[in-house]
Amino acid sequence: MRNETVLILAIVIFSLVIGSKSPEFFTLANLFDILRSSFVQLLFALGVLIVIISGGIDVSFPIVGIFAGYTAVVIMQKFELDGESLLIPIVLAIVIGTLLGGVNAIAIAGFGIPTLIATLGTAGIFRGLMLTLIGSSFISDIPIALDQFSTADLVKFESAAGTLVRLHVLVIPITIITILISLILSRTLFGRSVYALGGGVEPTRRLGISVKGTQTKIYLLAGALSGLAGILYVSLQRKANPYDLAGSELDIIAAVVLGGASIMGGYGTVFGTVLGVLFINLIKNNLVLLGVSSSWQRAAVGALLVIGITLQAISESRRNKRRRALSESEVDSSE
Amino acid sequence: MLATQTADYSVKNIVKSFGGAKALAGVSMSVSAEEVHCLAGENGSGKSTLIKIMSGVHAPDSGLITLAGKEFTHLSPRQAVNEGVQVIFQDFSLLPNLTVAENIALPTNILKSSKFIGKKETKKIAEEALGYIGVDIDINSPLLETSIASKQLIAIARATNLGVKMLFMDEPTTALTRKEVKKLFEVVDQLRKRGVAIVFVSHKIDEIQEICNTITVLRNGEVVAEGLMSKFKAKEIAMAMTGSEIATSRIAPPLSKNSRALLELEKLTSINTFDDVSFSISEGEIIGLTGLLGSGRTELAEAIFGQYPVDAGSIKVDGKEVTLNSPEAALASGIGYVPPDRLTQGLFLEQSILRNIVAVGLDRQRGRWGGVSKSKLAKIGSSWISELRIKTKNPINPVSSLSGGNQQRVVLAKWLSINPKVMILNGPTVGVDVGSKREILEIIRDRAQAGMAFLLVSDDIPELVQICHKVLVIRHGKISKEFSDKQISESAIYKELN
Repeated sequence: MRNETVLILAIVIFSLVIGSKSPEFFTLANLFDILRSSFVQLLFALGVLIVIISGGIDVSFPIVGIFAGYTAVVIMQKFELDGESLLIPIVLAIVIGTLLGGVNAIAIAGFGIPTLIATLGTAGIFRGLMLTLIGSSFISDIPIALDQFSTADLVKFESAAGTLVRLHVLVIPITIITILISLILSRTLFGRSVYALGGGVEPTRRLGISVKGTQTKIYLLAGALSGLAGILYVSLQRKANPYDLAGSELDIIAAVVLGGASIMGGYGTVFGTVLGVLFINLIKNNLVLLGVSSSWQRAAVGALLVIGITLQAISESRRNKRRRALSESEVDSSE
Repeated sequence: MLATQTADYSVKNIVKSFGGAKALAGVSMSVSAEEVHCLAGENGSGKSTLIKIMSGVHAPDSGLITLAGKEFTHLSPRQAVNEGVQVIFQDFSLLPNLTVAENIALPTNILKSSKFIGKKETKKIAEEALGYIGVDIDINSPLLETSIASKQLIAIARATNLGVKMLFMDEPTTALTRKEVKKLFEVVDQLRKRGVAIVFVSHKIDEIQEICNTITVLRNGEVVAEGLMSKFKAKEIAMAMTGSEIATSRIAPPLSKNSRALLELEKLTSINTFDDVSFSISEGEIIGLTGLLGSGRTELAEAIFGQYPVDAGSIKVDGKEVTLNSPEAALASGIGYVPPDRLTQGLFLEQSILRNIVAVGLDRQRGRWGGVSKSKLAKIGSSWISELRIKTKNPINPVSSLSGGNQQRVVLAKWLSINPKVMILNGPTVGVDVGSKREILEIIRDRAQAGMAFLLVSDDIPELVQICHKVLVIRHGKISKEFSDKQISESAIYKELN
């Protein structure tokens, strides 16, 4: 069975279980809430997906995100930029995210440092730099446009039960970005090079693909996505707290891996990642409805990560068995 | 871009040194279109270096490369590709996670510098390429799920797509069965007829005699023989490669009459794999096991080593019945196993030769406090290095620095060092040149004389004929024929196999 199918089944079963316990689960309001809490995570996850497919791992993205989001707000205030503009802080954050991604690229493509170590190191460096040079205090009066954007709803009405149902306008750009990343991965030479890299570095080099060039693009793109995610996080939260997002690696990496991306590289789809993010959010937002205390959320996500990787290992060994059976039948039929 | 044009390729007086050691000392070779040229030589003779120079990986110190009338003092990989030089490496350099179609089409897309890749176009490119060499492989299946023979053909298809004019094939038949080799030769012949100059690198003398028109033999970086293939006899090629006459006579040591059985299999069965297998090996006996790929021979060997499930039957080691459900259990009862693929299964390539040799027996060298004495390990390792004549300047060099034949000796040393009662060798001379092959067989003979029992699983019939007391042929999981002493001959075994 395909990974995506398994995940869809898991989502359906989990929904039915929660739905049977609490009727408010199957409401439009709850669905939109899950979507809203998935936007930022999905952006991070798309960056992580590309990195994981290429055979790497990135643990610096949460700090890249908050660094970009927080710094963009600080710059807006310090230089008294137009607070009415939504575009300026977003562009600022994307540029900062790309620059930080560039640092990762230098460490990984330039110096050949293993990706986990490189991003672990840069995460520490970025965090230290932000807290000492940019600032360490909580900012609650973020620029007006960012603040207002948090309630920019596409659909907004009061349901019959009296709860407020709102769907954030972000659903449109995030959908476009998701489709775009999917097309990049499946239809461009860069995208296929990412898969090739995950399949093997030496064969990729022999194909004439620039390994360093591809890695550089990967980490720049991941940085840009993290920067955008960071500023949107600040906007949706209506505050810029430099201590936020730390620790969210677990949720995102778990979502990407559950979505079928192979931690060994070479495999992974955008659709799977979207499902993975939705699933993780479904669990996190609704465990409470099942009477499970929220302190168990992290444990649950951690367990899912381990389960996801175990499933990968099992399907890998199945594939090997099938291959053995296959090579035998080939010989049989040729005789 | 399916272009193959008539052209001539040659190198003249190529010299290449690596850190003082001369890999090539003035090598000249020329290959014309519509020719399959054999490049023969033992491991370390300079074949790989020459391929790397002609494909632009290394630059020669001096000499001239001529490709289709254009002269170069050195090539870049890109230039080599542009001039139509393609190499099919032993590991194929394919990507396991992509589909067959993509593996074939991706390099074409890179060559054309196309930014976007259409699924339809990818399939079209792949179908054309496979059609061109006349093979039928499901292009939508993941490469991971294709057989080694298919991978070989896929690699060839990929090369033709890049407008190949000169194709190097580095030991292409190593992992193929006889049937697959035939198919490969058909494809090679087709390419030749279309004007591709093919350089075929192989150790297998019967195969190169079958497919090649001309030959160049390298030894120690120099050309020692060249000319039309038809002018060479098998013995002369072997002699040119090794520089000395290689004996191919039987060297199976005499068996003493009253030796006891060390390994006895009784009706060993693994459902759907092998069935009702019974035989025994006694002290000092060397038994050969051969069969086509998929006949169950490797599984049987793995089962005796506790790596493959057994459903029925019994195994006795030295008279005692044992349950072997793990390699640890097999090792404990005195069975050693050298897997066929030394590179991925038998060796830690980046670790030192010394460490590799002592890796299996490490537990047995443990001192009172669980520590392992370094000097003791060094002593054990060095004694094996000299005993098996492993050619190395320094035993702490990584195994990857050794040639194929010497790597194989390290694998042997590693297992011999724990002194098992029964030693199972699966493909002990795969990828090993003629000279080293005989030496490895001699090592086996010496150990057998000292009382070790051997089960030799191999495709290489001549080798089985040289060393074995008895040869078992396995077919569809059953022992179909047993040849002992005088009945053992190449022709009889080939007949039983096919």
